[in-house]
Order: sequence, then C-alpha cells, then structure tokens
Amino acid sequence: MSIEVRGITKRFGQFAALDNVDLDIPDGQLVALLGPSGSGKTTLLRIIAGLEFADCGTVQFDGKDISDRTARERRVGFVFQHYALFRHMTVFENIAFGLRVRPRKFRPSEEQIRAKVEELLRLIQLQNQARRYPSQLSGGQRQRVALARALAVEPSVLLLDEPFGSLDAKVRQELRRWLRQLHDEVHITSVFVTHDQEEALEVADRVAVMNEGRIEQVGSPDDVYNHPASSFVYNFLGNVNLFHGRVDDGTTYIDESASGHLLFVRPHLLEIARQPSGPTYFRATTKHINSAGPLVKVEAVTEWGAPVHVELSQERFHALQLVKDEAVFIIPKDIAVFEKSGNS
Amino acid sequence: MAVIFKQKSILPGFGLALGFTMFYLSLIVLIPLSATFWKTSTLTWHQFWHVVASPRAMASYRLSFGASLIGAFINLFFGVLVAWVLVRYSFPLKRLFDSLIDLPFALPTAVAGIALTTVYAPNGWLGRPLESIGVHAAYTRLGVTIALTFIGLPFVVRTVQPVLGDLDKELEEAAASLGAGRWQTFTRVLLPAILPAAITGFTMAFARAVGEYGSVIFIAGNMPMRTEITPLLIITRLQEYDYAGATAIAVAMLVVSFVLLLAINLLQRWSSGRRGRESSQESAFLGATLKPVLGRGEGQ
Repeated sequence: MSIEVRGITKRFGQFAALDNVDLDIPDGQLVALLGPSGSGKTTLLRIIAGLEFADCGTVQFDGKDISDRTARERRVGFVFQHYALFRHMTVFENIAFGLRVRPRKFRPSEEQIRAKVEELLRLIQLQNQARRYPSQLSGGQRQRVALARALAVEPSVLLLDEPFGSLDAKVRQELRRWLRQLHDEVHITSVFVTHDQEEALEVADRVAVMNEGRIEQVGSPDDVYNHPASSFVYNFLGNVNLFHGRVDDGTTYIDESASGHLLFVRPHLLEIARQPSGPTYFRATTKHINSAGPLVKVEAVTEWGAPVHVELSQERFHALQLVKDEAVFIIPKDIAVFEKSGNS
Repeated sequence: MAVIFKQKSILPGFGLALGFTMFYLSLIVLIPLSATFWKTSTLTWHQFWHVVASPRAMASYRLSFGASLIGAFINLFFGVLVAWVLVRYSFPLKRLFDSLIDLPFALPTAVAGIALTTVYAPNGWLGRPLESIGVHAAYTRLGVTIALTFIGLPFVVRTVQPVLGDLDKELEEAAASLGAGRWQTFTRVLLPAILPAAITGFTMAFARAVGEYGSVIFIAGNMPMRTEITPLLIITRLQEYDYAGATAIAVAMLVVSFVLLLAINLLQRWSSGRRGRESSQESAFLGATLKPVLGRGEGQ
C-alpha cells in the first residue's frame, strides 16, 4: 500500500514539530526517515500510524484519505523503540494478541492462531522461546518478538520507530541486515525512523532526510549521499571538514577570510602530500595518527589553526611514511560547495 | 555460618544489618507473639477448644473475617478506580483529593468510629435517608463493614497508584495499533499489569480490617453473637481478667489470618512471579501478616 503525506503541520505549544511536510512512499518500499533528534521524524511516523493527529494536512493510504481514522482502524503495524511488549504474556501470547482481540466474527480459530504464531516464530528464529516471558529475552530477541507481533495482524503498512535504537552495536547490525532480508521476503510497505545515517543508507530503498520539521531531501541512499541537496544533508550523512572559500571562474579556492561559500570535504576525499599540486591546497601539521582499522585516520592542524580530519588507505600511509608533527600539504580531491545561505 | 549466606556485594555491613534485623524483629514481633502462645499454653486442650470454639467466639470470627473480606473487596474495586482517576485525569483540586485518601491512616481510629457512628446513626446525615428506605446502618453488621471499608481505603489506592503511573503509554498504543478496543486494552493489558499491586493492597486492607478495633466498636453496637468483632471479644476477656482465654482467641485469630494471608500471597506469587519480580512483594506479605497482631493492642 502506498502512503501519501500532504501538507502535514504539527505544533506542540510554540514548537513546530512538523512544518508543511509532503512525502510519497511508493508501495512495497522500505523508506528511512533520517534526521537528528527534534527533527520531527518520530512525530511524522506517529501521525502516519494514527497515534498522533496533525494540526492540518492529510495522510492517504493508496490515495484514500485516512486522516481521521484511529490507529486501530488504520491496520498499521507499529514497532516501538523500547519494544512495548506485554510483560505478563509469553512470547506466544504477545504475538497472538492482535489475532485474539479481533471481533468474534473475524477471529481465527485456535488452530489458525497457533499456525500463524508458529510461522512467525520461525520467521524471527525464536521457535524455542514461545513459552518464555519478555523479561527472559535479550534486547534483540525482544525487538524481533515486537516485530512478529506487529506482522501477525497482516498490516498494510509497517512502521518502526528507532527499532534498533536501544540495542548494542553488534546486535544492531545483525538485526538491520535481517530486517532488510525480511522486507525482501514480505514486501510490505515499511517506514523506519533512525538518527543513524549508516543504518538508513544500508537498509533503506529510499531515504528522507529531515531537519527542523521539514524534509530536506528524498532519494535513494546513493542519491542523498553522493548528491546532497543541501549543506545540512551533506553534513549529516557522514563526517565532513568545513572550510570557507570562494569560487572564481569555476575554480574553488580555500580561503578562510572569504565568506561567500561553505566548502565541505569528506575525510577520505582529502589527500596528504609532501609537494603541492593543483590550485586548491593548504598546509597543515599532523597531530595524531590512528592506524588501527581499514583506514588510517590522521588529525592535523591547518596553517590557520583549525583542526582537519583526513582518512587515507594503509598503502598510501605506508608509502608516505607519515609521522607525528610533520608539515604536509593537504589536497582536496572533491569539494562540495554551498552558498552561505544554506542551499547550493 | 554467616559466610555461607553472605553474598558478595560492594555494600558493606551485611552482618550488622542482618543482626540488627533479627534482633529488631525478635524484640518487636516474635517475643510478644510467642508470649501469646506461651500464655495460651497454660490452658489444656479441652479448655482451649472450649474457649475458641464457643458459639460466641465463632460468631465473632465470622463477622470479623467476613466483614473484613467484604470491605477489602469493595476497596479493591473502588481503590483501583480512584487510583485510575487520580493518575489518568487532571481536574480541579486533584491534589486535595489525593491527600484526602490518606486521612483514614492519619485519623485516630476512635475519632473515625465516632464520626462514622454520628453520620450513620438513625438520625444522622446518611443514616436518616438510609433508614427511610429500610436500611439500618449503625449498630448492625452493615455498620461494621462500612467502618472496615473506611479504614482500608488507602491501601489499594496507594499500592496501585505508582504502578499505574509507571505504566508505559506505549503499551496502550501498541494494543491499539494491534486492533484492541479500549475495553480490551484495559482488561488484557492494563489490568494484568496492576493486578499484583492491587492484590498487595487488598491483602493489606484485609489484614488491617481484621485487626481493627477502635473505629468499629462505636458503630457496631457490640451485641454478642450479632455485631461483636473478635478483637472486642479479646478485650472483653481481658477485662474479665481471663488472660488465657483472651490469648487463646488471639491465637485462633492469628492462625486463621496467617492461613488466609498465605493463600492470598500464593495467589499473588502466581500473578506476579511469572515476571520474575517476587522479591518486592515479600515485604508486603510480612507486613500484612503481622498487622492483625499489632493491631490488637491499638484500641486499648
């Protein structure tokens, strides 16, 4: 089922959580709402779910306006950051809950419920934990149960609010890949909220980057990462170095005294050399070198005294024989230029 | 020996704390309690049975435990309702109402008894309209139940209130998004969550009511066989210098209370233990068990 969000505005007192937001989510896609905390992403998700209601604007499912329907009537699956499992019920009963509360006429028989729950337990790989209580499970297992519980009612849309937010790094990665696989199998239109850009870029078909109650950019992970529409998006989707500069005849110059343009360069797009080359370079002194990991991370201080982060390959690092407190030249390979007002 | 029980912990003072607890419990609870049993043991089996199974004593047990159970059930239902209203809604003078709940704790029981009697007497504010529809409140078993309900009011409210306040709003949202209606959400999600606390409150209200003396004797009328509660019977025996008889009835009451509270506690274990949270309920059980014993001397 496709979701169309039209002109949604939501205020909490004086604070505008969402400001005239439009968003299209095509049928069967996995879409990430990405943004810093306070950007309105969770509020937007809750409005789509019917747990919160907008001040103005509409939400449509498959072109049908469902703005006035409650969460119960919308048939959405919602997964909460802190699982919100029913503690007094076993894993089995948690998953069966949505089927058991159906009106008698539509309620499946006991055997049908059992079959459905067992199918979902297989899907989340917790067949042996059916008789356990949520308190006896790990965080990752609880979140899988919460997901199975949401899927049990065969929702038209699956909404996940920071689903991996309270899990540790390793479980997070596992679960993230698992969610992607699950979506490839089930193909249910899904929206998940996250503040972790890596997560959004890895899992989602499309990413909507949000900031201060507005959507800055919507596109494929490749789009938003390689062709950011605004300085905010560039800044948010990965580590950056920020310089000031000017543009003359299509050539970019780094110039700290200039104020017309903001220049962003990702750490891996800076090169360290002993000789200058090209029109754009600056001098710096290496301060700290961390060679543990696939990339060598170098912290240096520029000639005007600002810190700069550079990432280079192990091969390049060994070829250079770089040491601490060495004077070097830094040459940007690719610069993203934005006008000071914000949008390029 | 202590080494075996001692658990490794960063907090020092296990030995001292345990020693003090044992000493304190012995001094305050076990010694007076065992004195009751010791005094009773001066009776022969035949005498003991004659005292505790006399028709008058039996009638008083029925009234004391019956009225206490009814009162505790009323408090269970309305206590949950009051806690719900106080947690979920905001209304003018909410704080005032909230502090009113504790009044039955703070009021001297005799004052409560006299006030209740005045209000429910045939010419009182509530007694007169009740009388006109043929209900006699004061000096009847109904009056005893009213008094025992009054003094047990705070327990369920105060045990359920914090649990209800801590309940995540997300639980209700999850239930709603899964298609549950309001009533289903209440009975299937919220009620099971507050049940252990409600049972704790019920147990405490019941235990308090069983041992209650001061507030009941004024409204009860104290007619033997009809409106005489067991604590009053014990006092009567004491006033007749029949100490062994008084302690014999006390022992009987203690045993019945203990069995009832044990049963309730097992019920509670069953309802909360599944979540692996028994430990916090243990103390409530202990407090509730001892209450009838301590409460006996209260009115003297």
